[in-house]
Amino acid sequence: MADLRHIRNFAIIAHIDHGKSTLADRLIQLCGGLSDREMKDQVLDSMDIERERGITIKAQAVRLSYQAKDGVTYELNLMDTPGHVDFAYEVSRSLAACEGSLLVVDASQGVEAQTLANVYQAIEAAHEIVPVLNKVDLPAADVPRVKEQIEDVIGIDASEAVEISAKTGLGVPNVLEALVQRLPAPEGNIDGPLQAMLVDSWYDSYLGVIILIRVKHGRIKRGMKIRMMQTGAVHQVDKVGVFTPKMVETGELHAGQMGFLMAGIKTVADTQVGDTITDDAKPALQPLPGFKPSIPVVWCGLFPIDSSEYEHLRDSLAKLRLNDSSFDFAPENSAALGFGFRCGFLGLLHMEIIQERLDREFDLDLITTAPSVVYRMHMTNGDVKELHNPADFPDPVKIATIEEPWVKATIMVPDDYLGNILALCTERRGEQVELTYVGNRAMVVYRLPLNEIVFDFYDRLKSISKGYASFDYEVEGYTEGDLVKVSILVNAEPVDALAFMAHRSQAEYRGRQICERLKDLIPKHLFKIPIQAAIGGKVIARETIAAMRKDVTAKCYGGDISRKRKLLDKQKEGKKRMRQFGKVEIPQTAFIQALRMGEDK
Amino acid sequence: MTSTHSQGREGFGLYIHWPFCLSKCPYCDFNSHAARQIDQDRWRRALITELDHAAAEAGREDRLLTSIFFGGGTPSLMAPDTTAALIEHARSLFRCSNDLEITLEANPSAVDRDRFAAFRQAGVNRVSLGIQSLREDSLRFLERHHDRQEALTAIETAASLFPRYSFDLIYARPGQTVEEWRSELAEALTLAGDHLSLYQLTIEQGTRFFNDYAKGAFILPDDEQAVALYEVTQQMMTAAGRPAYEVSNHARPGEECRHNLTYWRGGDYLAVGPGAHGRLTLGDGAQRHTLALRRHRAPEIWLSQVEANGHATREKTILSAAERREELILMGLRLYDGLDPALFARLGGQSLDSALSASGLAMLRDEGLIATDGPLRVTPQGMLCLNSVIAALLP
Repeated sequence: MADLRHIRNFAIIAHIDHGKSTLADRLIQLCGGLSDREMKDQVLDSMDIERERGITIKAQAVRLSYQAKDGVTYELNLMDTPGHVDFAYEVSRSLAACEGSLLVVDASQGVEAQTLANVYQAIEAAHEIVPVLNKVDLPAADVPRVKEQIEDVIGIDASEAVEISAKTGLGVPNVLEALVQRLPAPEGNIDGPLQAMLVDSWYDSYLGVIILIRVKHGRIKRGMKIRMMQTGAVHQVDKVGVFTPKMVETGELHAGQMGFLMAGIKTVADTQVGDTITDDAKPALQPLPGFKPSIPVVWCGLFPIDSSEYEHLRDSLAKLRLNDSSFDFAPENSAALGFGFRCGFLGLLHMEIIQERLDREFDLDLITTAPSVVYRMHMTNGDVKELHNPADFPDPVKIATIEEPWVKATIMVPDDYLGNILALCTERRGEQVELTYVGNRAMVVYRLPLNEIVFDFYDRLKSISKGYASFDYEVEGYTEGDLVKVSILVNAEPVDALAFMAHRSQAEYRGRQICERLKDLIPKHLFKIPIQAAIGGKVIARETIAAMRKDVTAKCYGGDISRKRKLLDKQKEGKKRMRQFGKVEIPQTAFIQALRMGEDK
Repeated sequence: MTSTHSQGREGFGLYIHWPFCLSKCPYCDFNSHAARQIDQDRWRRALITELDHAAAEAGREDRLLTSIFFGGGTPSLMAPDTTAALIEHARSLFRCSNDLEITLEANPSAVDRDRFAAFRQAGVNRVSLGIQSLREDSLRFLERHHDRQEALTAIETAASLFPRYSFDLIYARPGQTVEEWRSELAEALTLAGDHLSLYQLTIEQGTRFFNDYAKGAFILPDDEQAVALYEVTQQMMTAAGRPAYEVSNHARPGEECRHNLTYWRGGDYLAVGPGAHGRLTLGDGAQRHTLALRRHRAPEIWLSQVEANGHATREKTILSAAERREELILMGLRLYDGLDPALFARLGGQSLDSALSASGLAMLRDEGLIATDGPLRVTPQGMLCLNSVIAALLP
């Protein structure tokens, strides 16, 4: 079927819980991709984490075969895209692989901030967008209001929005028909030199690296020698095919199609998202536009709780990187926490996902240090240094200026909570860019330092809006700021793992907060322990843990010394879960608790 | 194999455990069992059988028995002729010191009190009474079988019958104020002989109080209050000429419980009866080692094993040199006199200095928890945190 007119490539854009996965499941079912027996919920989200969190981390493409009302059988390629801003670049590549999108909006909840960011990206990718109102059968559904909101906020015509209930299947066939009628067919030269976009890749322990591609021009065939135009690597294609969602080999993909290929590649680090794949024998003159290498923006330290797990952590990180080349890691040595790794992530969600996968898939208990952004330091000697770790903060007299990354944050929130949100943004050094209303929902756009967001912003946002606020951000660029390193001293010894960077105006508040938390987290010792926060040599907050008053076994009976010895052994066992810091023993859990983002005391 | 090491002032004791009580007290985590019907003859024979075994384990030639202690349970529920038989048998097995201390733990109830004279007749020369409180409400809270009047009668009876007597009080009870305790202790001092054991109430796992406490049925004094109660206790007892010689034990100098001193000083002691613990140092030179022994805890199993095998040993392990030293420190520092370096070197096979963490010791001295002069001695302030002090002292 080498007729591009009968192909439609589309993505689905939706907020979490608005029904993307359910709709995808329905579409697959209607087109006979899987028998009822093979269907399970969220067919496309294969990782446990994806299913549980209701998010998509890896892109997937499914070919559906649909006989439309005009009697023609169409090849519909559904691109399941990651839905989170941390993966904005991956999203942009997934969207660039399609000509149109379904914009799925919950008919009772309306458009959320996250949807907005993705739909703007789809508009930028010149997509034809078909609005789909889901859950119209629910009593709370307000179709006219949500249509109006779509038109106001996004600026697209919602009059012909398809009204469905993905759960019951109501109206879902109309979605397929709308795809065929309203989306453009792909364009491309089947006989030209091969240009295929690398949309995503992942590592399968049985099959090796699997690459998801969209062929823009030419053909890709089994046995062909292909070249990655960015990395220059050459591989021979072992297998080419499509997902239905089962893996089916077709031997060839041509312009306008999407599917998978395997070429004996060992690690996903060799397959950069957005790269152009061409025929090594007859290469394209130009790569496809839009390639960007991925750059981690949030960094934190990961340390094994049991120091003997260091090697296991290293191997586990290496294995995860086989599957996700967008995070970075390098060995780090902390006086407080021992040997571990400094790891860079695309964003906070990405960081959480990696931590969770280390815990689940590799059974690692980790201490995570406070996340930090990448600061750009202009030194007095003219050098420019990037700071990933507060522990590496240089002598301040050698620094001329420091810049920090800022983001543009979009927050959508019901009217009632707007005041709280504005106060939070102001407290976090935000600068208001825009404030608009749609019905009783406000959309505020702020410029905020990224550092203020990595520090418990999202949790605060959720709590002060009773969970109603939705939030998204994109990194904008660097701005100079009055930034300082705050050290935490326990019994006059600096604890490197607790040091953090802050704006001078926030330093005292944060320092005090950590001191107060540590006061409750470090058990009493035989001596009193001062806990201080300091900028350079200047103490900005102080708490004191009083000395222990009483710890004695009153009675020791009948010569049962063994029992006393067991008590001592238990005490020794407890010591193993402590980190010795000068004279002070700090429980490992204290690091986790003190650094935990999210809750106020 | 008999040790020829000379026995010093740590002494050598015999512990005999009687596991039965009328009922189990809600705070007690010792090996005690409520039992109605006890075959006294069978138990007497079994205890004597195990005593023979214990003596053989220890080797008798050069041992000088300095104390016998009947603990429980409630040994005052033992038939006095059983006590007499055991004492007599012990005397036949060992050379005994002239001032052999023979202590029996006793409850103040009438059923116990009625046998006091017979116990004295059997050779018991010291009783330790489980008074626990002189206040009716507290006795009810602790679910003791006696009331205040019985307590007073028991003390009076003991004082008239035995050359030495002591009693236990439990303080730092729920809601207890310093003033209340001060007056109760003052009254106790008018009744006391030369020795008093004053324990703060602690909640031990495996007791009913543990569960009650976890459910919030009562609240214990917080650390500050417990410290205040401890301090007033020290002041009053010192003023009364019976200062603390151990964490919870007070006596006129020379009237300390010798049997317990043997535990605290690292001496050997024999274990007889259900759940009894023993320590035996055997062998010479490089062969010298200390055995830790424990008999089976369950009374019925203990009885049948002794009848079948002559003993009911449940655990018999050789302490490593490090464990032995740890025990000497753990126990020795409970005494206000501290650890005698010569005694430690003789029993621990190593100098005391080399067995301690130098940095821990320096810190403890800085904080005033270990005395800076004389032998290794915990200060009164340090005594309140003894568990942590010891943990810091050990390397």
